Amino acid sequence: MIEEMERDERVFLMGEEVGHYQGAYKVSEGMLEKFGERRVVDTPIAEGGFAGVGVGAAMVGLRPIIEFMTWNFSAVAFDQILNNAAKLRQMSGGQFNCPIVFRGPNASARQVGSQHSHAMEHFYATIPGVKVVAPAFVDDAKGLMKAAIRDDNPVLVMESETLYSLKGEIADDLDVVPMGKARLVREGADCTIVSYSRMTHVAVEAAAALEKEKISVEIVDLRSLRPLDEDAIVASVQKTHRCVVVHEGWPYGGVGAEVADRVQRLAFDWLEAPVLRVATLDVPMPYNAKLEQLCMPQPDRVIAAVKRVVNRGRGRG
Amino acid sequence: MIQEPHATLRDSDPDVGLFTVLREDGSADPATDPKIPTPRLVLAYRHMRRLRQLDARMILLQRQGRVGFYGACTGQEAVPIATGLVARPDDWVFPALREQSVMLVRGFPLRQFVAQVFGNSGDVLKGRQMPSHPSGKQVHQVSWSSCIGPQIPQAVGAAWAMKQAKNEAVAFGFSGDGATSQPDFHAAMTFAAAFKAPVVIVCQNNHWSISVPTARQTASRTIAVKGRAYGIPSVRVDGNDLLAMHAVLERAADRARRGEGPTFVEALTYRIGAHSTSDDPTRYRTDAEVESWKKKDPVDRLARHLRKIGAIDDASEKQLDDELGAEIAEVIKAVEELPPPPRLSLFDDVYAEPTWNLREQRELLAAIPPAPSH
Repeated sequence: MIEEMERDERVFLMGEEVGHYQGAYKVSEGMLEKFGERRVVDTPIAEGGFAGVGVGAAMVGLRPIIEFMTWNFSAVAFDQILNNAAKLRQMSGGQFNCPIVFRGPNASARQVGSQHSHAMEHFYATIPGVKVVAPAFVDDAKGLMKAAIRDDNPVLVMESETLYSLKGEIADDLDVVPMGKARLVREGADCTIVSYSRMTHVAVEAAAALEKEKISVEIVDLRSLRPLDEDAIVASVQKTHRCVVVHEGWPYGGVGAEVADRVQRLAFDWLEAPVLRVATLDVPMPYNAKLEQLCMPQPDRVIAAVKRVVNRGRGRG
Repeated sequence: MIQEPHATLRDSDPDVGLFTVLREDGSADPATDPKIPTPRLVLAYRHMRRLRQLDARMILLQRQGRVGFYGACTGQEAVPIATGLVARPDDWVFPALREQSVMLVRGFPLRQFVAQVFGNSGDVLKGRQMPSHPSGKQVHQVSWSSCIGPQIPQAVGAAWAMKQAKNEAVAFGFSGDGATSQPDFHAAMTFAAAFKAPVVIVCQNNHWSISVPTARQTASRTIAVKGRAYGIPSVRVDGNDLLAMHAVLERAADRARRGEGPTFVEALTYRIGAHSTSDDPTRYRTDAEVESWKKKDPVDRLARHLRKIGAIDDASEKQLDDELGAEIAEVIKAVEELPPPPRLSLFDDVYAEPTWNLREQRELLAAIPPAPSH
């Protein structure tokens, strides 16, 4: 964000606690001091308000980054995203555009209850007119953020509270990571796991355990949910013949269902087993730590799903 | 300790009383007369008459099944026309349902305006928005949002952006009385004041939100008085009085241009017709009420004034009527004949660039033979 704000003075950050408090999760640390109150803007507590202020500012030429303290709270700003930002270009016959980034932590954190644990990407990824990205790694977090800010469409960046502490190397020359391109995290032969954001790390853990049992897993990290890199998914499934999708959020509909649809439609002849999904259990997220962990996709559930599809294929010989 | 909230309100307060210029006999009250040059008033009158005729023709087209929907502003013409005259080219307009015509005053072609109602290939919006939701970037006017209210915080955002750009442009954001119950109204007022945005927020209180009267919308004595709690100077004005509206909007815009922040304006008016072509107002309000407001008709009141000062007469009225009637008839005839937008234009403008999923959908549609009329 800092690099992009240095690069383009139309870019500004707006949201609750982004300035003097340095961000509810310290994401905007030091930015107020660097850019001042005109470009790092603390707002009243009104998501619908500052989402609307951002949309209005974007329509007349600025490039806002709107921070939601968490994506859960974007529900009260849903109208500005669904009925306004996403449609302004199309509804106006291409006269107006809305180059705006909405960003914040998404999905579960740790013991924050059902109103703070939603995987909101499933609601948003269905909307034509917006792009949705959900990075898992630090370099992608940087590169996709830069791509989002430079994009002329509304882009929704789904971060993860539990990944904010993740450390990693970023190449000095890393600039933009293009949206719509998946990342092959790990190569394997027996089963493809499609995941994104924090669940990619769960998949990596599961894959390591499965390797000890001689099951070779390939991991495709989507990075971008809309547009979706169907070529990467299909290529991987054509190689492994099996697919498990892992994401947070409820199992009814959503990104996993979209991936499953594309796999059965575009790689049907290569499939040895049904596509399985590992998702959050179909209940509002409980507070209790044990129950919460039970609800979220864990490596053991991923392992079980992979074994099911692998054994089915082998069983039939 | 606890006091009835209206006890301290006085009729002389600008947000409780009613700022008026035109008197019943058509003269301007010398105490409030903004002394608008006569040619400007004649121009305003022409725009109001044009709008009145246009609305009547569009409603008729809807009744005949030639267009799908229309929301007229009959009885409320003074507010949009005054706004169009006060707004400078750099200013932005974020309208609600009754202010589409601001763009006509600011030079948007009538032909494209009518084509938006038909939603055909003459429409700048390419047939994508329902009627009465036009927008025109060249005249700095966006479309209103059907959800009632979202345009008000957007107007504040645009105004705030103008302030960052350090130009003198202001934004006009509109709502009806019903929208003041929306969280968006509250958010817009909160942000406008906290950010000291150069915005004029105008509520056209036309007394009815479809079938719900203002008394069921709010227990506040006036809508303007709500501005106090937000720290926004607010004024209640006779919305059927072109001179009063022009004076108030100009003063509010000047405040904004000088960096003095937002103003909230309650324009008291009345919706003479239905909410839209989907509504039958005889089911919820009396003819007597409608008749009493017809006596305060904004077009008639300005006409009376212009006659009194000798700016119009029977002959000029007749000529104006004929001219406007011919102009509108000609535009409708030309626009109605236009074909629908091309099928594959459906996929344009969803994103800044064509995305893979749209290419896929486009190929699907391209493989289906077009209907006979398309």
